[in-house]
Amino acid sequence: MIWNDEFETLPREAIEALQLKRLQQTLERVYATVPFYQQNFKKVGATPADIRSLDDLRRLPFTYKQDMRDNYPYGLFAAPLNQIVRIHASSGTTGKPTVVGYTRRDINMWAELMARSYAAAGANSSDVIHNAYGYGLFTGGLGAHYGAERLGASVIPMSGGNTQKQILIMKDFGSTIITCTPSYSLYLAEALAQEGIKPGDLKLRVGILGAEPWSEEMRSQIEANLGIKAIDVYGLSEILGPGVAIECIEAQNGLHIWEDHFIAEIIDPDSGEVLPHGERGELVITTITKEGIPMIRYRTRDITRILPEPCICGRTHIRLERLSGRTDDMLIIRGVNVFPSQIESVLVGIKGVEPHYQLIVEREGNLDTLEVQVEVNEETFSDEVKVLQQLGNEIRKQIKDLLGITCKVRLVEPKSIARSEGKAKRVIDKR
Amino acid sequence: MQVEQISIFIENKSGRLAEVTQVLGESDINIRALSLADTSDFGILRLIVDKTDLARQTLKERGFTVNKTAVVAVEVPDRPAGLAGILQILDGGGVNVEYMYAFVEHSANNAVIIFRFDDADAAIKVLLANDIKVLEGERVYHM
Repeated sequence: MIWNDEFETLPREAIEALQLKRLQQTLERVYATVPFYQQNFKKVGATPADIRSLDDLRRLPFTYKQDMRDNYPYGLFAAPLNQIVRIHASSGTTGKPTVVGYTRRDINMWAELMARSYAAAGANSSDVIHNAYGYGLFTGGLGAHYGAERLGASVIPMSGGNTQKQILIMKDFGSTIITCTPSYSLYLAEALAQEGIKPGDLKLRVGILGAEPWSEEMRSQIEANLGIKAIDVYGLSEILGPGVAIECIEAQNGLHIWEDHFIAEIIDPDSGEVLPHGERGELVITTITKEGIPMIRYRTRDITRILPEPCICGRTHIRLERLSGRTDDMLIIRGVNVFPSQIESVLVGIKGVEPHYQLIVEREGNLDTLEVQVEVNEETFSDEVKVLQQLGNEIRKQIKDLLGITCKVRLVEPKSIARSEGKAKRVIDKR
Repeated sequence: MQVEQISIFIENKSGRLAEVTQVLGESDINIRALSLADTSDFGILRLIVDKTDLARQTLKERGFTVNKTAVVAVEVPDRPAGLAGILQILDGGGVNVEYMYAFVEHSANNAVIIFRFDDADAAIKVLLANDIKVLEGERVYHM
């Protein structure tokens, strides 16, 4: 179902005309209210009036996460605090958190975009939405919550954690849709299996999964283990939160980014040059309707490409290819770029192996070493040493074939890799 | 004619072996025979116990990966070349031994060896045809 038929199916020319108008308004706003942007534009000798076409946007400098830190906490806000009705912040694992503020209109727009996203994922007002994203400073919980209410569905504000209770409620309340991270959905599947609950015993039919990169193979496994359609949703707090882009259930191929609110560019992360449609690079987003903290050319660090072809679902907004990982998740091992999601796709492709894994990167002398830890389960375990060694060799070989690097595979006991109830910690880099 | 053996995946870290044996002890399970295959990263502990299903269940509940495999217990004359004779018979019968280990107790005056074959049925046939005694599971669990 298309939630907002008028805006989601606008002809391309109309989308672009709307984008330009909204972009110009946003630029005027930030230039007048945010000293950081005014100085930034002046550095390249530009004023909002110079941006006369969408192509002119590339004249403006990028905004980085560091800029948010430098202007901590409210320096990038374009609205006074008496107009800000909500504040969220990123976890800030390194240094200070990044802070974002929303006006009433922003919250309204967010709910609208998240409602669109639910509808694109096949949800409607009869659904019982089991929201297992964390509530709190993290945007996932409240973002998914308000969108579900806007859709008219019944939302259960579970938040993360307490898996036993999640299962009880899911069963008794008849949850039809779950929203959580992909890794948590697999963890749930495992916990359900342990309790002898089969996918058919639940009413669950769709998972709206995001907040971390995941692979197509992991999708197949989630769909099989939970008996659901797994839909990839994308968002980041700096831009909005969940609901920036989502796959439609019709195609499950690429995430529609809501172009009447965001402008997406793909750039070469090294040179900063804008790349043509179809080429893979870093996603840069400009918000064109946000009031609280507009972002101009924000470097998401997420790697993707634009799929410009029209989609079978009828939406005219462009699609982003499934995001393969963040530039800052990317490991450089002996000069080779490695995304954890690539290793995940190898593991999930091997029969019986579950995507509970961890990558340990170390440096011995001048050489980077990669150790892939994989849990042994009943399906892959054998009483014969050679069978387990073959499993290790197979994983090693496939990783070598895919990435060209040799790794060490360590088989570990089940449940010895920490299960995440939020974002999975895949990499331990000891270099 | 086969004997049930459980095998347990053990990471090479201190205390894991002790934990397995303790878990079994707490459930009043007696180990009849064991062998540990080890590599640099992990080990596989193979056990014959008096209560196979209980052992398997208890260990699973404690988070271990456990499998059940069928092995064959064979009486071997306890004298020089006793084992050699049996291995020759097996070799002649085209049966491969994946691994083997000795049982603590004796059966009459014979030693007992646990064999894991690639094809247990074929192995038993060859052994019986050569008048080698193969022990029943029930006998082995309570020896």
